[in-house]
Amino acid sequence: MTKFDLYTRRRIINSIGLAIAVLAMGFGLFWLCWILWTLLENGLPSLTAAVFTQMTPPPGSSGGLLNAIAGSLMMTLLGTVIGTPIGILAGTYLAEFGQRGWMAPVTRFINDVLLSAPSIVIGLFVYEIYVMKVKHFSGWAGALALAILVIPIVIRTTENMLKLVPSTLREAAAALGAPQWKIVNFVTLRAARAGIITGVMLAIARISGETAPLLFTSLNNQFWSSNMDQPMANLPVVIFQFAMSPYEDWQQLAWAGALLITLSVLTLNIMARVLFRQSATTH
Amino acid sequence: MSLQLEVRLKRQAVLDILFRFMTRISAFGVLALLVAILFSLVVGSMPAIRAFGFGFLTSSDWDPVNDQFGALIPIIGTLITSGIALLIAIPVSFGIAIFLTELSPRVLRRPLGIAIELLAGIPSIIYGMWGLFVFAPLFADHVEPWLNEHIGTISYIGPFFSGPPMGIGLLTASIILSIMVIPFITSVMRDVFDVVPPLLKESAYGLGATTWEVLWQVVLPYTKVGVVGGIMLGLGRALGETMAVTFVIGNAHELSKSLLMPGNSISSALANEFTEAVGELYTSSLIELGLILFFITFVVLSIARFMLYKLGKREGSHA
Repeated sequence: MTKFDLYTRRRIINSIGLAIAVLAMGFGLFWLCWILWTLLENGLPSLTAAVFTQMTPPPGSSGGLLNAIAGSLMMTLLGTVIGTPIGILAGTYLAEFGQRGWMAPVTRFINDVLLSAPSIVIGLFVYEIYVMKVKHFSGWAGALALAILVIPIVIRTTENMLKLVPSTLREAAAALGAPQWKIVNFVTLRAARAGIITGVMLAIARISGETAPLLFTSLNNQFWSSNMDQPMANLPVVIFQFAMSPYEDWQQLAWAGALLITLSVLTLNIMARVLFRQSATTH
Repeated sequence: MSLQLEVRLKRQAVLDILFRFMTRISAFGVLALLVAILFSLVVGSMPAIRAFGFGFLTSSDWDPVNDQFGALIPIIGTLITSGIALLIAIPVSFGIAIFLTELSPRVLRRPLGIAIELLAGIPSIIYGMWGLFVFAPLFADHVEPWLNEHIGTISYIGPFFSGPPMGIGLLTASIILSIMVIPFITSVMRDVFDVVPPLLKESAYGLGATTWEVLWQVVLPYTKVGVVGGIMLGLGRALGETMAVTFVIGNAHELSKSLLMPGNSISSALANEFTEAVGELYTSSLIELGLILFFITFVVLSIARFMLYKLGKREGSHA
């Protein structure tokens, strides 16, 4: 009798535990759906053609987000272009040349820490070393801050992907007499290409939503400006400023911008995962 | 060997050295970056360090008019919000990880896993907007009055949950933070759960253990280090999270017993005040806040990485 009781109790505990796990899953999905629903509900009505054709308006009047979208694209592109090569080279070092010595393990450790370091501190850093020196906010500073965020992500994925390349490939190339730089550039990096592109896409997704590092670097600009040496409008900071404002028009534009950013970031995320089926999470 | 070939080989050798050197320099750049960040933050906060010394950490003053600054309130705000966020996020992430590794039908595993990872993809400013415009009003109307009435009257813990139902405040910020760190903790938990050798689990099942018992008595003990590492990683994220918190924490330099009251965190103080700060001491105090934040997250994240490496090594030795 007691034996039966114990068995039943264990089964009940099991069911309760697993039911809680299902609830937790539901809990997670619930927030995702709620947030996406809110964005669609508020963002879609404000997402008119004007958003893409007009500049950010002064308070109390209508306008668009053209300068902010352009600024965001420029700084994201530049940040990626600066950060990616450095990240790939450093990742190559970790995977291909760093077997001996202290440098690779230490770099790997520091890089993993920088991967999750608060982005606002990166903003402060760029402010200190660049904005303070030139004495004004600028698009260059923003791009630099974003590049610093790109580097750790690209390093991590590059190293991971290069390590998946079988060493027989390297040995085969070496046996044919290929010098090391050719082996890496034309054999291993090429074999890991899909994974590295995934990493770059995830990095772009990450920086296109970043607000904190841009607050102190590119700041904002109400007008059209393609001069990287001037303060530059960008979607995240415009959203921040407009959402916190009391003006109805501005808040509507903020929702439109929020929807735009989220859609592009999530699309990039999903594309990256479809492109490279093996999970390439950078946590 | 012909002379021509020798020249070609020599050129390749030079290119090799050059290429190695470039990769080495890039890797070295990462180390230099860390040193540069630390150095620039220390230099930037020197005026504040000189003016306030260690008292900066224990003072709750924040008075730009009289140039008196202390970091106590933002530090406490950061620690409290991150702590509560973890309290919520740990069990939920554990549940999700269990669901995805043990319960989910194979077809659903990938899409559901991606859905949870997308939570991490949503930019933090979106969480902030949603929190301010959607979540906070609902929270103020439906949850906070209930908290006031039912928990606010209990002695000891009551004072933490009583106060005007404003919607924005420490508790709201904590809840939103918890949603944001769930995907990070979940992802690490999933990874480390996969490390457990199937043989161990199968043996336990063979002895008649239930799924729950296998999880608690085989999987968790085996992956303990990694799970704690994942939690620390989530903590590191929560500590440094800026925009979402800035929207909903209320930005008040006040120390209040109630979690329903507005407060401040290091990152939200920076985001709100840095560009408007005038005067060397004000700016420098904010930079010192950034330095403190960087230091705390650096320590937390280092511990996290250390623990995850440790688990990774064990995985290697068993293979």
